[in-house]
Amino acid sequence: MAERTAKSVIVDPLVDNNPIALQILGICSALAVTTKMETSIVMAVAVIAVTAFSNLAVSAIRSYIPSSIRIIVQMTVIASLVIVVDQFLKAYFFDISKQLSVFVGLIITNCIVMGRAEGFAMKNGPWLSFWDGIGNGLGYGLVLLFVAFFRELFGSGTLMGYVILPLDRNGGWYNPNNLMLLPPSAFFLIGFLIWLIRAYKPEQIEES
Amino acid sequence: MSQRDSTLNTLLTATILCVVCSLVVSVAAVGLKGKQEENKMLDRQKNILDAAGLSIGEFGKPASELSKAQIEELYSWVSEELVDLQTGQIIKDMDPADYDPREAADKVDASIEIGEVPYDPGVGRREKVAKVYFVTKPGTDGFQQVVLPVYGKGLWSTLYGYLALKGDLETIQGLTFYEHAETPGLGGEVDNPAWKAQWEDQKLYDENGEPAAVVYKGSAPPGNPYAVDGLSGATITSRGVTNLLRYWASEDGYGPFLSQLKNGTSKTSGS
Repeated sequence: MAERTAKSVIVDPLVDNNPIALQILGICSALAVTTKMETSIVMAVAVIAVTAFSNLAVSAIRSYIPSSIRIIVQMTVIASLVIVVDQFLKAYFFDISKQLSVFVGLIITNCIVMGRAEGFAMKNGPWLSFWDGIGNGLGYGLVLLFVAFFRELFGSGTLMGYVILPLDRNGGWYNPNNLMLLPPSAFFLIGFLIWLIRAYKPEQIEES
Repeated sequence: MSQRDSTLNTLLTATILCVVCSLVVSVAAVGLKGKQEENKMLDRQKNILDAAGLSIGEFGKPASELSKAQIEELYSWVSEELVDLQTGQIIKDMDPADYDPREAADKVDASIEIGEVPYDPGVGRREKVAKVYFVTKPGTDGFQQVVLPVYGKGLWSTLYGYLALKGDLETIQGLTFYEHAETPGLGGEVDNPAWKAQWEDQKLYDENGEPAAVVYKGSAPPGNPYAVDGLSGATITSRGVTNLLRYWASEDGYGPFLSQLKNGTSKTSGS
């Protein structure tokens, strides 16, 4: 493997090797939590924390993990971290954790976390793996924010809860697009985003 | 390499990992439990205060923006009582603080099957004993409001909320839902303050004492004392709200309790 620095493992997953846009991982939660910016930010931070620390932990014990149970070991580490994050949110961000409901728990099944643990942390040192987790979490978070920006703006007329486009049902002029509030709209938005990125970086286009 | 993959080492690694991980998880769960319980309680109190309109009335803003001390101050006006829904009697020999109605609704011996009723809340079972809340302003005699927990099925989820009734026990003070998973922007508009405000001063019962409150399909006809506007694009959620209101207002729900309260045979003061 070529020389990888902390900077490259953080910056790479933002656009060049984005977990959602290029690797098409972690789509499910990107549909579920992106109706509002606020929940997306909390979800992104939760995923960053889980990916970073699971990478760190898995990488630190990588030379002791027997290969026959390595996936289970990774899973156990990830699941424990997710529970800790979930408990923490319930204690300090109660309102948001209520809105995120089961989706924090479902970070366990987010392919990005597992993918990084198996694909990167098992082969690299703890420090580099930690930054790789941060980078991939950020890449995921960026896409979440992009999607949430358009969904909240055109679906609810607000950004971060502040009214930008006053809704007609509250006496304003904007008639919101209800599709934006439903999960399929996130599919369209992610599709557009992938299109944009690949128009800008044609080397990401797969051979057909 | 071979030593790492040996059976003994595999078992050992798995054991150590499990012990360490379970330690981490239990420390987090136990350590944060107090804070979480407090959050849950505050959240419930906020919702009761909002349904009763106390927060807006006293501080001019919704309870979610109040400080903890303000919530506790306002909530000191509220007293909790347990009610046997079948007889309508207030139960005195149980401590309301130890009773969780939502837990009871899941237990076979603490709940009943709803079965065939005129207005179906769609939840299958309900608890036998409900927890109700009397609001008594300091320095006044008798209660000004009763807050009743209500719930029923919408489109995707069960909506849990509080219905606050004024002292005449027929006029609605407010209705808020604290937990649901309806579509944001459509059924989720049950949380819209403008929609919720319409409930104030609507009548729960018609002249014959039948539950009559309704979420209208489309705009409610002006002057109709029972109807509020429907939620656009959310016919099933709107119908669910109508059904759950009427179910809980009927003889199968809080009917016996409210009529006893009205006749003064149950309890006349919430202090």
